[in-house]
Amino acid sequence: MVTGWFTGEGEEFRLLGTRCSACASVFFPREDAFCRNPGCPGGDLEEVPLSRRGRVWSYTDSRYRPPSPYVSDPELEWRPYALIAVELESERLVVLGQTVPGVTVADLAVGMEVEVVPGVLNEDAETTWTTWHWRPTGVTA
Amino acid sequence: MTGEVAVLGAGMHPWGKWGRGFVEYGTVAARAALADAGVDWRDVGSIVGADTVRGGYPGYVAGATFAKALGWQGARVASVYAACASGAQAVNTARAQILSGLADVVLVVGADAAPKGFFRPAGGDRADDPDWLRFRVLGATNPTYFGLYARRRMAVHGDTLEDFAQVKVKNAALGALNPNARYRKRVTAEQVAASAVVADPLRLLDICATSDGAAALVLSSMEFARRHGTADRVRIRAVSTVTPRYPNTVLDLPDIATDSAVAAEPAADTFRASIARAAYEEAGVGPGDLSLAEVYDLSTSLELQWYEDLGLCGEGEAAKLLREGATALGGRIPVNVSGGLASFGEAVPAQAIAQVCELTWQLRGAAGDRQVAGALVGITANQGLFGHGSSVIAVR
Ligand SMILES: [Zn+2]
Repeated sequence: MVTGWFTGEGEEFRLLGTRCSACASVFFPREDAFCRNPGCPGGDLEEVPLSRRGRVWSYTDSRYRPPSPYVSDPELEWRPYALIAVELESERLVVLGQTVPGVTVADLAVGMEVEVVPGVLNEDAETTWTTWHWRPTGVTA
Repeated sequence: MTGEVAVLGAGMHPWGKWGRGFVEYGTVAARAALADAGVDWRDVGSIVGADTVRGGYPGYVAGATFAKALGWQGARVASVYAACASGAQAVNTARAQILSGLADVVLVVGADAAPKGFFRPAGGDRADDPDWLRFRVLGATNPTYFGLYARRRMAVHGDTLEDFAQVKVKNAALGALNPNARYRKRVTAEQVAASAVVADPLRLLDICATSDGAAALVLSSMEFARRHGTADRVRIRAVSTVTPRYPNTVLDLPDIATDSAVAAEPAADTFRASIARAAYEEAGVGPGDLSLAEVYDLSTSLELQWYEDLGLCGEGEAAKLLREGATALGGRIPVNVSGGLASFGEAVPAQAIAQVCELTWQLRGAAGDRQVAGALVGITANQGLFGHGSSVIAVR
């Protein structure tokens, strides 16, 4: 569905962005066409892994089933997932993502440290769609 | 001031869930605005439509769609799409035509028949579309973004759920006074607290609904207005349509991430604040000159954010301003005396036009029970998805 947004497994899992060779701007989701910094003469965009850990900028959840193209089984009872916006210090950007299953808004606070881990977005008989999840550090579930 | 245009007429179709087409709503609003202006449709030199993308193919050519419904008469035509800022861009297009001498009188129309429930992107697999991606990859609906802003305000500024509820209480009380509003019942803080959580920490009554609705304006050159004999006329003095500046560091619809601030320092003010600043600079007024403001309360907490972005108070002081009653009718700077989106709901192409209709009625002293006494200067503010600014300043 989205190619080249993340790589690796377990401890090696990382989000992938791109970095402009001329001005060092980092882009996520990856920007492969042109550097978007208006003050930049334009450089090559090179793939870079993003920081594995960051701090919670804010968080929320989705108590109602989102519409398509989000995929969920209407036969199953809706279980809300939490969303976290995470500040990555060295890249100086904020990345949104779902939490790992089982972590709810009650477990979160602004400023809390979280790390990126591999996750499953949804699956059917033929395909498993993988994604990234944020997990508070120290939680191993 | 040479940059001004006159507001000759304002009209609306009442907002609600009426189950009819957007063309019908827009035509009713247009006819109301023309009647209010005392202008014959055949004397209108240009029509500008704010597009809806949910009405099927006709929505993409809204200007001509409304022109056909009113009766082809050979007017110049334009259609604009800028998401929630479509109405402001339509007003701006009309203003540019008037100021450049291309047209003397312009009809601006926006209307929508909104779907029930969450807004969603157009169909198909479109991984090159950020709006499609945020739904597919994250299930991030509009209310989840409002939830993020609300939680952030609570953490940074100490806003409380009770503060958010009081915005709804205020706006519902004002909407009860507005015959064009969809919701015309007062709401209590207890009712807000008892409504279901949609996106933590926001509840159903913190978030605006989707609605059908329409709004229209008749704008003209100042010279035409003088010939037309409209005394004490309302004038539009500024229309801000600015884009953000790189790096945009506040996570915003529909993006999954912000820009990186590694290579360039963020501007001193945020995108929302820059929208208002551009309008103030163009109009030559400041927050202290305002009699009232109409802002996009897509959520209760977002209304508080606008207080700060408009400069009505300092950063982090919005809840205090609300608690003091400054933004209520009769306060120092009433906000959303129309009842706001809390009372109207979203009818995307019509919203920014409806805000200017409210300013028009307020500046004329014709707003009935919700009249702001002695209103002289009003501002509207919203932003459109994908980086569209929208703010209009009108004066009497
Ligand atoms: Zn660059």
